[in-house]
Amino acid sequence: MPAPLPAISARASAMDDASPHALLTIRGLTRDFASRRGMFGARRVLRAVSDVSFDVPRGRVTGIVGESGCGKSTLARLVLRLLDPSAGQVIFDGVDLETLTASALRKLRQRMQMVFQDPYSAIDPRYTIRSALLEPFQVQGIALDSREQDAKVAELLAMVGLNAAMAQSHPHQLSGGQKQRVGIARALALNPAFLVLDEPTASLDVSIQAQIIGLLERLQAELELTYLFISHDLGLVRYFCDRIVVMYLGRIVEILPTSDAAPRHPYTRALMDSSFEPDPTRRRIVTKLSGEIPSAFDLQPGCAFAARCPAATARCRSERPDLTREGIHAVACHHPLN
Amino acid sequence: MALLTVQDLSISIGRLAPLDSISFAVDAGEILGIVGESGSGKSLTAMAVMGLLPLIGGEIESGTIRFDGVDLTSLDEAAYRRLRGRRIALITQNPMTSLDPLMRVGAQIDQVSRLHLGLTADAAMRRSVDLMQQLRIPEAKTIHGQYPHQMSGGMKQRIVIAMALAADPQLIIADEPTTALDVTIQAQIIQIMVELVRERGLALILITHDMSVVAQACDRVVVLYAGRVAESNAVDAIFAHPRHPYTRELIRCIPREGQAPGSLKGIPGLVPSVTAYPSGCRFHPRCGDAQARCARDAPTLEDTDAGAVACHFSPGVGDG
Amino acid sequence: MRLSGPWRKVLRSPRGGSAALGLAIVVFCAVFAPWIAPYAYDIQNLPGANRAPSIAHWLGTDEFGRDLLSRIIHGARTSLTVGVASISASVLGGMALGAAAGYFGGAFDRAVTAIVDLTWSFPEILIALILIAIIGPGLQSTMIAISIGYLAQFTRLTRAQIMALKGETYVEATINLGAGSFHVMFRHLLPNALPPVIVAGMLATGDAIILEATLGFFGLGAQPPTPSWGAMMSSGTAQIFIAPWTIIFPGVAIAATVIAINLFGDAVIDALDIRGRLRES
Repeated sequence: MPAPLPAISARASAMDDASPHALLTIRGLTRDFASRRGMFGARRVLRAVSDVSFDVPRGRVTGIVGESGCGKSTLARLVLRLLDPSAGQVIFDGVDLETLTASALRKLRQRMQMVFQDPYSAIDPRYTIRSALLEPFQVQGIALDSREQDAKVAELLAMVGLNAAMAQSHPHQLSGGQKQRVGIARALALNPAFLVLDEPTASLDVSIQAQIIGLLERLQAELELTYLFISHDLGLVRYFCDRIVVMYLGRIVEILPTSDAAPRHPYTRALMDSSFEPDPTRRRIVTKLSGEIPSAFDLQPGCAFAARCPAATARCRSERPDLTREGIHAVACHHPLN
Repeated sequence: MALLTVQDLSISIGRLAPLDSISFAVDAGEILGIVGESGSGKSLTAMAVMGLLPLIGGEIESGTIRFDGVDLTSLDEAAYRRLRGRRIALITQNPMTSLDPLMRVGAQIDQVSRLHLGLTADAAMRRSVDLMQQLRIPEAKTIHGQYPHQMSGGMKQRIVIAMALAADPQLIIADEPTTALDVTIQAQIIQIMVELVRERGLALILITHDMSVVAQACDRVVVLYAGRVAESNAVDAIFAHPRHPYTRELIRCIPREGQAPGSLKGIPGLVPSVTAYPSGCRFHPRCGDAQARCARDAPTLEDTDAGAVACHFSPGVGDG
Repeated sequence: MRLSGPWRKVLRSPRGGSAALGLAIVVFCAVFAPWIAPYAYDIQNLPGANRAPSIAHWLGTDEFGRDLLSRIIHGARTSLTVGVASISASVLGGMALGAAAGYFGGAFDRAVTAIVDLTWSFPEILIALILIAIIGPGLQSTMIAISIGYLAQFTRLTRAQIMALKGETYVEATINLGAGSFHVMFRHLLPNALPPVIVAGMLATGDAIILEATLGFFGLGAQPPTPSWGAMMSSGTAQIFIAPWTIIFPGVAIAATVIAINLFGDAVIDALDIRGRLRES
């Protein structure tokens, strides 16, 4: 039997260090996936996201960092309502997404968009770049005559630093970096206020990654966008983001109020130690973590990180720590560092 | 004399020439990093050393590969087979495909020592369990009897490393061994590999796209770009004073601790594909310091005490 | 579809080019039969029955003295009409059912899959025979029977395609832009699902032609005097020793047509590089 769905904790609302300026507010978000082993197997529940609450301040970059199984991709889809939550609320600019009708939600999508991880499959291979860039307007029922269409396509391509001639190409004729720029252009076509960036550079070469991050920075400043930046690369997140939410096995373990804040959760510490610097004079001492990231199906009671934590005590293994706020820094640990 | 010396190696696959005059060396007890982006030819280098080019329809056009005094390019397949797995081991990127899904992992490690060292089944099993414990695999005896699908990616990669070590090789080539793994697991595996090299006096060639991994783990570095060596040097020197514009810019592509926002630039242009390498210096379309000469003449690799670099304007390049 | 490239590739390959030529000939015969056949297909000439091939009758005559060449040319019309019409109907029906089942899932999908799996276990010819037993023989019955016989195949294939394509990032991206099911289905899913289904349909046409010939052989297909290659072979069995050409030539016509279809379909699969997508689950 899976654990009962959590009530939205009172503590969570104490998290609002940015509440009046929050573009997006997430409260007690939980998402379960059910699966069955074969036709007659036991039904198992995977709690991909568990009681996640935080705010996304307007005009800033909020990062979500974690490894596989932490639920960050599921969270991205819950935020944009590409998936429905099992519990919890997503409040976008004061509107609870749950309360919207299907058509109202479709209209609202103009304001919140996503850049996907895999540029290679994010565009229909049969479409030209021009058709792909005009699709947002088509879908939202915004009529453009052919002159306006040409203008829009040229504008979007220029915005992301691509040659206007590329409009007639098909995705397979473009490089990974170019495809990702088209993905970004498409996401910006309808002038959204909010962009979810789901590992936007993970499948690109290093020199191209840096190009794309530079482009995203520029666009954020020019268009006053709010970003939710999801990545497994802590170094990149610390560079790019103003606030960092650290996730482990579906839960928030720490919220760092600034990108240079010292980590207080042992897992964040381990992540930092595992993010190497391009500097041989600053080699990391890698903490010896025991074991592997456990399977999300077999969650033990207590702190999910206890099995691997070098500082775990009996209390850690039996009692799950709540996310508590210490000033503007939030951490879910019985024995936080410092 | 270095354990492995590759000199002016050029390979061809059909009408393509994905590697051009590659030179580097690695000694026992040393970790050499071969770093490059896609299309740089780094994986092909590994395959060339292992004699696996025929598998992909490639062949060595020119150059030598000297391993422990023997020129590998002159070996026939039978001789190569005695070398592979026994004295030179290869660890590839994807542990999912390196392991036979129908065989228990322990048996797969046993196989190596039985084949190359002639051990009996029991002796091989004891050796495998011992290796697994050294690689910090918990409950090694139990894991020995499990199948690949029962374990995580990180665990599988440790099994693959155990297989590489089982025959007591002199040289291990690890081709992006941690790219498919989570960050914390990657750090553990890199750490294990570094410790193994130090303890056993092995030579390790670590092939990666990630300069941070190279900074963390390697003693010497070779930077490949579009099938050629751009620069090679000791790790401290190459990071402190990169002499090739590509090396310098590549290092700058990785955000450092405390780096100011807006300062990450990237390298303009596209990573070249093997079907359309630029003329002259292959980096010239993306190089901020490029001159007319760079589009015409390919720079040769100048080898000095301060490392090797292939750039027309090298003495001026490299401001740290 | 970006047609020009792959189609040119198909026609340039030796296999594709010759198959296309063969098909073109068959189609030409079918379309222009009344104008190119030297004789009408039903003119009997009993004294001239079972004549070997000669200048007057290039492929000889059958047991009623009818010109075999003319009958074979007209038979092309029957075979192609039945093959193309029934498979087209089957593809359309299968795509509709399969797409709906794959996209919406749930109870509808379970019901469709159950029915498809049930019919899947019956060979098409058995289904066809059962249906003809119910509705009676004839050209129309044959077409209906063949359509229904192949429905399961296209339903399964389309369903598998739609289910695989549903998970593509660009589908998610389109939904993210605010697209409704209609847009997703008709602008992305169906167009991308089309190539393997079309090619499977092409190959099934060859099967359907053989099926029509089989039914015709047993007198269940097109009724006389409409020429059907299968029926011609059937009536030819009585003359097999005195006039073997009455069996051989219709048989060759069937074989050549089906081989041409299969080779062409194969060349298209290679040109579009979709061999892996023809799997049905």
